Amino acid sequence: MTTAAAPTHARRPDPMTPVPHRVIERRRETHDTVTLRLAPTGSALPPFRPGQFTMLLAPGVGEVPISVSGDPTATDGVLEQTIRVVGAVTRALTGTPVGGVVGARGPYGTEWDVPSARGGDLVLVGGGCGLAPLRPALLEALAHRAHYRRVVAVLGARDPENLVFADQMARWRRRADVEVHVTVDRAGPDWPGRVDLVTAPLAETALEPARTVALLCGPEVMIRRCAALLLDRGVPATRVRVSLERNMKCGIGHCGHCQLGPLLLCRDGPVVPYSAAAPQLAVREL
Amino acid sequence: MTDRVAVIDHSALVELVGLLHAEGYVVVGPTLRENAIVLAELDDGDDLVSGWGVDTEAGRYRVVRRADDAVFAHSAGPQSWKSFLHPARRRLLSTDTSDGDLTVEPEPEPSRRMAFLGVRPCDLVAIGVLDRVLAGGRYPDPGYTARRDGVLVIVANCTEPGATCFCVSMGGGPRAPAGFDLALTERVDDAGHRFLVEVGSAAGEELLAALPHRAATDADLRVADDDLADAAEHMGRAMPEVDLRALLVDSRESPHWAEVASRCLACGNCTMVCPTCFCTTTEEVTDLTGEHGERWQRWSSCFDLDFSYLHGGEVRTSRQSRYRQWMTHKLSTWYDQFGSSGCVGCGRCIVWCPVGIDITEEAASLTALASREVGT
Ligand SMILES: Cc1cc2nc3c(=O)[nH]c(=O)nc-3n(C[C@H](O)[C@H](O)[C@H](O)COP(=O)(O)OP(=O)(O)OC[C@H]3O[C@@H](n4cnc5c(N)ncnc54)[C@H](O)[C@@H]3O)c2cc1C
Ligand code: SF4
Ligand code: SF4
Ligand code: FES
Repeated sequence: MTTAAAPTHARRPDPMTPVPHRVIERRRETHDTVTLRLAPTGSALPPFRPGQFTMLLAPGVGEVPISVSGDPTATDGVLEQTIRVVGAVTRALTGTPVGGVVGARGPYGTEWDVPSARGGDLVLVGGGCGLAPLRPALLEALAHRAHYRRVVAVLGARDPENLVFADQMARWRRRADVEVHVTVDRAGPDWPGRVDLVTAPLAETALEPARTVALLCGPEVMIRRCAALLLDRGVPATRVRVSLERNMKCGIGHCGHCQLGPLLLCRDGPVVPYSAAAPQLAVREL
Repeated sequence: MTDRVAVIDHSALVELVGLLHAEGYVVVGPTLRENAIVLAELDDGDDLVSGWGVDTEAGRYRVVRRADDAVFAHSAGPQSWKSFLHPARRRLLSTDTSDGDLTVEPEPEPSRRMAFLGVRPCDLVAIGVLDRVLAGGRYPDPGYTARRDGVLVIVANCTEPGATCFCVSMGGGPRAPAGFDLALTERVDDAGHRFLVEVGSAAGEELLAALPHRAATDADLRVADDDLADAAEHMGRAMPEVDLRALLVDSRESPHWAEVASRCLACGNCTMVCPTCFCTTTEEVTDLTGEHGERWQRWSSCFDLDFSYLHGGEVRTSRQSRYRQWMTHKLSTWYDQFGSSGCVGCGRCIVWCPVGIDITEEAASLTALASREVGT
């Protein structure tokens, strides 16, 4: 018997079932942050775009959203994710030894859309763990360097001990075709770099506002300040993109936790044009 | 060829349940349990409630004995079809790491076909809302679609809306226009106890053909039309006639939220009884070795403090921000996210709120405040 009232939905691969991955490399970034390289034990997840995230499962502990921090031009199916310990799940994930197993679903969410900056200037601003989702964007731009005019990365951390990707940063700083500004909020006397907020180098960088695409990720206050500064300098709000964080339990638009006003951030974000984000961020406790 | 519109009597309705069982359906319909009319699996047609109505008001629900044997003369009860399509708690998967590898075993999808008997027009709209949320996006929920696909829907149009009903305000009405296999309109009068049956699908047509019935006369049709038109005129509640979607977004900073918060207990009852509230959370359970894990999903509520938890604190700490989130989602941001209203006007949240908070009254207050603002 066929029922008219009931639709027949296409059966697709189960979006709720994590795919097993083995930790093949574990890199300590800072005292509380670890980058894991995860190889699928069976079939790999679909390729990711910079800015997207996966739901990472520490078996028996829980599942949390983590940005993909690896190279988007790599084709080996290995996921690279940079995780800061803040609670039970992130502790279990970062504590997984090489050879240990985790689950991953995704990739989910919107991307930075780096290619939209082609022909113009690309500015990336990352604070703290906000560097993780920006790294693939920078790697993508550098892989197609000729398409972009200036590539500027402004990176900040609380203190030198909390700077992630230190080795890579040193390599980027040696390149002539990318401007890297690193600042920390506070540092001891042996820090050779700058002690300031990320807004300071951002304010000083020469910009051609109409041809600039800016990608911002970090604490919400940092995002708001940097965006305000860029808008002040004439960068259109549609060309400023921000990556936003809310509690996420499913990653696929079903659990309702990631709402920010009209946005479901796992689906309509995490990367959102500032023109869409600003009206929501302006309301307290939205 | 069967008639598209026919009339059956009460005994044929009882027979219908047996017929559905014979077809292999699990039949769910309204039954009387513990002083409420609840949706439950029916063992046979006699399990259907009969001769009971309800008396509802904000914060109040009471079953009342009727003078007749009417089966569907009651408005929405404490649960909805959500309980059967999107269960309050379910296992999603099991994990095993005992051999050093990770094995993930998704929960087998349920294979029982369900027949829903006595779906209210508002609840039919609500099922459509859930369809869009859980099955209409890029990642259909396999558990939901397995339950939902093949559900046979028998609508009971509403001839006696309750004091807390306002489906008409939400663009629906006491008569389901489509989307059913069969639709019943009940009538008890001097001419007897009977149901006008409209056929909406081939499956419905087969069922009707197997039941004792007679062709509907023009008089039968007219009586049902009149009863349902009359019901539409007798909604117990109404939303203010404004653009609710705009009202709620424009009212984000309204002082009224603080006033509601002074009454709201943040108990989350309204979200549990709502036929469209879909939010869930997940929990992990493990055995002592930690090698065998299970991941469970259960309903959660935007009224829970930890719903918006981010390390470092919750986003919506105040009660007013949580009530604002709920009501704004229902009436406004749902459109942005899923293309329709999240409220179908069933009135459940009004009835089951322990302090009688009434979404139509809150909308009226917001409207009054908004127009005062424009006026000054
Ligand atoms: C799109 C997105 C990308 C992210 N990318 C990264 C990343 O690359 N690296 C990284 O270290 N962290 C990232 N986070 C934050 C990370 O998800 C949280 O730190 C993590 O959920 C905390 O889980 P926990 O159990 O260790 O901590 P607890 O504080 O014990 O959290 C308990 C639960 O609350 C929820 N939760 C708490 N904080 C967050 C949060 N910030 N975001 C979402 N849910 C939260 C989770 O469901 C978690 O299981 C990202 C968050 C989002 C939304
Ligand atoms: S918000 Fe209230 S009236 Fe609207 S559908 Fe939900 S429970 Fe029914
Ligand atoms: S509105 Fe009523 S039912 Fe909803 S959370 Fe507040 S007190 Fe509970
Ligand atoms: S994380 Fe579940 S809806 Fe977005």
